[in-house]
Amino acid sequence: MAHINLPDLPGIRGPMAFSPATAKPLNELAEMLLRNDNNSLSRGERELIGAYVSSLNDCFFCQNVHGALAGHYLNCGIPEIDAIKKDYASTDISDKMKSLLSIAASVQKGGKYVKKEQIEAAKKLGASDKEIHDTVLIAAAFCMFNRYVDGLATWAPEDRNYYVNRAPQRAEEGYIDFDLYK
Amino acid sequence: MPYINVNNDLPGIRGLMAFSPETAAPMGDLANALLKDTEGLSPAERELIATHVSYLNDCFYCHHSHGEIACIYLDGNRDLVDQVRHDYQHAPITEKLKSLLRIAGKVQQGGKKVTTEDVENARTNGATDKEIHDTVLIAAAFCMFNRYVDGLGATTPTDLSTYPPRAKQVAENGYGRHIFSQHQPL
Repeated sequence: MAHINLPDLPGIRGPMAFSPATAKPLNELAEMLLRNDNNSLSRGERELIGAYVSSLNDCFFCQNVHGALAGHYLNCGIPEIDAIKKDYASTDISDKMKSLLSIAASVQKGGKYVKKEQIEAAKKLGASDKEIHDTVLIAAAFCMFNRYVDGLATWAPEDRNYYVNRAPQRAEEGYIDFDLYK
Repeated sequence: MPYINVNNDLPGIRGLMAFSPETAAPMGDLANALLKDTEGLSPAERELIATHVSYLNDCFYCHHSHGEIACIYLDGNRDLVDQVRHDYQHAPITEKLKSLLRIAGKVQQGGKKVTTEDVENARTNGATDKEIHDTVLIAAAFCMFNRYVDGLGATTPTDLSTYPPRAKQVAENGYGRHIFSQHQPL
C-alpha cells in the first residue's frame, strides 16, 4: 500500500493524479528529454538511459516502463534490454553509447562521481556537448522519478509483459497528451 | 568550468539552463510548483527541505542558493538555516518539520529507504498527505537538480556574498527563464 492515499493507479500515475500541478512540468520534462525529436540521440537511446538508471536505482516500475519503450524503439525484447542493464559493456551497443551509459551510472551515484576523463572519453567517441548534457540530465531526472515512485511506495504490475504490451501506445501518445487513468 | 561548453559564464544551474532552455522551462515550472506553493508547507519550510537535501548531496551551489532563499523567508535567520542543514534534530523547528526532514533524508538515500514508520511519525506530528507528497517530491527533485549541477561540473561561485542577491531575485520573482535570461543581480 502506498504511504499516502493516492488514486489507485500503478507507479508514477498515482502521485501524478494526486498532484496535477507538479505532474504537468514532470511530464513536460520527460517529453523534452525522452521523446522530442530535435535530438541526435534517438528516442530508443534516451529511453535506454532512463531504463538503465532506473535499474541501478532498483525501481521496478520505471525500469520496466522505460525498458519496454526502449525495446519498442530499438526493436528488441526484454532479454536484450536486461542484458544491457546487467552489463552494457559486454553487449553490442555502440562505444559512444557505452561511454554515455558510464556517465549515467556515475550520475546515479551522485553528481560528483562524474569524472572529466569520462566526459573526454565520450567526446572522443563522438558525443556532442548536447548529448552529454542530455545524458546527465536524463540520468539525474530518473534519480528524481525513481525516488518519487518508490518514496511514496506506489504499486506496480508484476507481469513484465504488461509494460511491453503498453509500450507502442505509450510511444504514440507521448508524455503530455495521455490519460493518466487509461 | 563546466565539462561542456555552455557558451556563457552564468553560475550554477543558470549556466546549464541557458545552454538548454527547452529543458529549463519545465524545470523552472517544477521549482515554482514545489517551492513557491503556499498550501500546506510554507515556502520557508519547502526551501529548508531543499537546502537539507542539497547539503546531504554535497551540492555547494544548491545548498547555498536555497539556504539563502530560506534565509530571506525566515527574516534573515541564517543560524537556523545552518542548523537545519546539518543538525535539524536540535533546531528550533516544529516536530512536524523534523519528521518531514527525516523523510527527505531517506529519499536522498533512495526511495525505498522511506519506511511506513517514517510516514506514520510525520502523520502523528500533523503532516497531511499533501505535505508528505510534497516533501518526497521536493527531496526527489533536488536529487535531480544537484546531480545536474555537479554532474556537468557547473560553475560554482565560492564567494558566499554573491548568493544573497540571486536569492532575493528568486524570493521576489520566483523561478523561471528570467534567472538566466536577464542580467545577474549583484
